Amino acid sequence: MSDSACSLELDRITCRFSSRDAPGTPYIALAEASLTVRTGEFVAVVGPTGCGKSTLLNVAAGLLAPSSGTVRVHGEALIGINRRSGYMFQADALMPWRSALDNVTAGLEFRGMPREEARLRGHGWLQRVGLGGFATRYPHQLSGGMRKRVALAQMLVLDPEILLMDEPFSALDIQTRQLMENELLALWSANRKSVIFITHDLEEAISLADRVVVLSAGPATHPIGEFVIDLPRPRDVAEVRLTPRFVELHTQIWHAMKGEVMKAYAAQYAPVDAR
Amino acid sequence: MKIRAAQLLLLFAFVLAWGLLTDPRVPGFYFDNPDKAAFFFGEPLKVLARLADWFVGGDIYPHLGVTLLETLLAFVLGTAGGIAMGLWLGLARTAAAILDPYIKGLNAMPRVILAPIFMVWFGLGMASKVALGITLVFFIVFFNVYQGVREVSPVVLANARMLGAGQRQLLRHVYMPSALSWVFASLHNSVGLAFVGAVVGEYLGSAEGVGYLIHQAEGVFDINTVIAGILLLTGFALVLDAAVGWIESRLMVWQPHTGESSQL
Ligand SMILES: Nc1ncnc2c1ncn2[C@@H]1O[C@H](COP(=O)(O)OP(=O)(O)OP(=O)(O)O)[C@@H](O)[C@H]1O
Ligand SMILES: [Mg+2]
Repeated sequence: MSDSACSLELDRITCRFSSRDAPGTPYIALAEASLTVRTGEFVAVVGPTGCGKSTLLNVAAGLLAPSSGTVRVHGEALIGINRRSGYMFQADALMPWRSALDNVTAGLEFRGMPREEARLRGHGWLQRVGLGGFATRYPHQLSGGMRKRVALAQMLVLDPEILLMDEPFSALDIQTRQLMENELLALWSANRKSVIFITHDLEEAISLADRVVVLSAGPATHPIGEFVIDLPRPRDVAEVRLTPRFVELHTQIWHAMKGEVMKAYAAQYAPVDAR
Repeated sequence: MKIRAAQLLLLFAFVLAWGLLTDPRVPGFYFDNPDKAAFFFGEPLKVLARLADWFVGGDIYPHLGVTLLETLLAFVLGTAGGIAMGLWLGLARTAAAILDPYIKGLNAMPRVILAPIFMVWFGLGMASKVALGITLVFFIVFFNVYQGVREVSPVVLANARMLGAGQRQLLRHVYMPSALSWVFASLHNSVGLAFVGAVVGEYLGSAEGVGYLIHQAEGVFDINTVIAGILLLTGFALVLDAAVGWIESRLMVWQPHTGESSQL
């Protein structure tokens, strides 16, 4: 079943969390969720809020051991941290005691690269994300968008084979966001990495990805639909949104998603109604 | 500037009132005997004279040196021990769970009461004072480091692991810097407590140190010397606190301060 063209394979992953309110009945975040990413493929995962997107990515990164199911990286079962992947977290994950540059070079330093070389590469990446002049700033001295860009450089400087990105641009304003999206696409097409890109924004998903996977609402989340995005590349994320094919795909996927979004919405407000 | 002036004015007013109320030539309104106020509260001029006498005559230096050395030793050793123990128990969950009630007990204990025991163990020299200071400092620092390690942001930790940090690197690059901000918060307290340990130890039994001087003076009802000793200790406690603050501002540049933007 596993073939080498698959760089990442999530095979029937189930994740249960013991919930504090009801210790006897665990919360099932993911149920039998399977997802494969081919080498060099850009997969976007969309799903309603709280459905288990971050949980899925944590499993893929090896940060969270699933209750059942296996993760395979290039056909090999994953044990511990996924060393071939880089992870861009949804929340702020920079080390506040390190300057922007030192944050970018942290991974190189952990791998034992000489300081001078690490700084050189770190500077290069800071420049590529447009923060060349902010090397000595500490995270609290940067704007939210700048911190995201430092996090991007921090991940990419290590040149990982698999990129795991958890709503990386959702905190950015629309212009910066499209800039970053285009930049990401340029970087990605230059040397094709395998990408799992999580977003709640369907337009972002379609404009970036080769394939969009739609997750069901929680609990017991699992993929309910997969859509191949056959828009031509290279793409400009702003322009591609105006093409008829984009609109067509959007309508199609939104149709599949709508029910789940409504379910998630209803589930969130149900306990309030019951009281 | 206005604040500074007000502060100085307040000090001046206080000393003036103190001087007037304790001057035997000014008729007292509470004590029947005009000398009594000076007996109980001292006189600012005599306190000042005593301080000048100490520093000019040079009698104070050996005592001050002993007290400061005890304080410094207690501070450094207690802090080092607290950091080491805090890191260890913060990371070793099982050990922490086993030791938890004992740590709580030791912390709840009024530890100044250990002074007599330390005198028996370590004699009347410096060692017993340092030991007392260490027990006071250790727990403050320990609890802060322990807390700091526990409250490391899980996302930052996960990120460092994804970037390839091993256990040692996590300790060095995540746990320690994160705990450091908590350590500094506690150092301001603990430098004062190191002083308390030294002075209380000296007060209870010794042949040197500022605490000993105060005890001696008290024995002959020399209230002016007692107050001079207290002022001296206060001054040095402030100096040590400022030193900690200075080191903190050097090491903790990454910490946000409220209202940091510079105003021209
Ligand atoms: N450690 C945990 N313990 C208990 N429940 C958890 C834990 N982590 C996640 N959950 C639950 O699992 C579900 C999925 O969480 P997750 O963070 O994966 O959602 P998400 O899809 O990333 O949401 P969002 O779009 O808001 O980021 C949520 O209902 C959450 O409450
Ligand atoms: Mg999430």
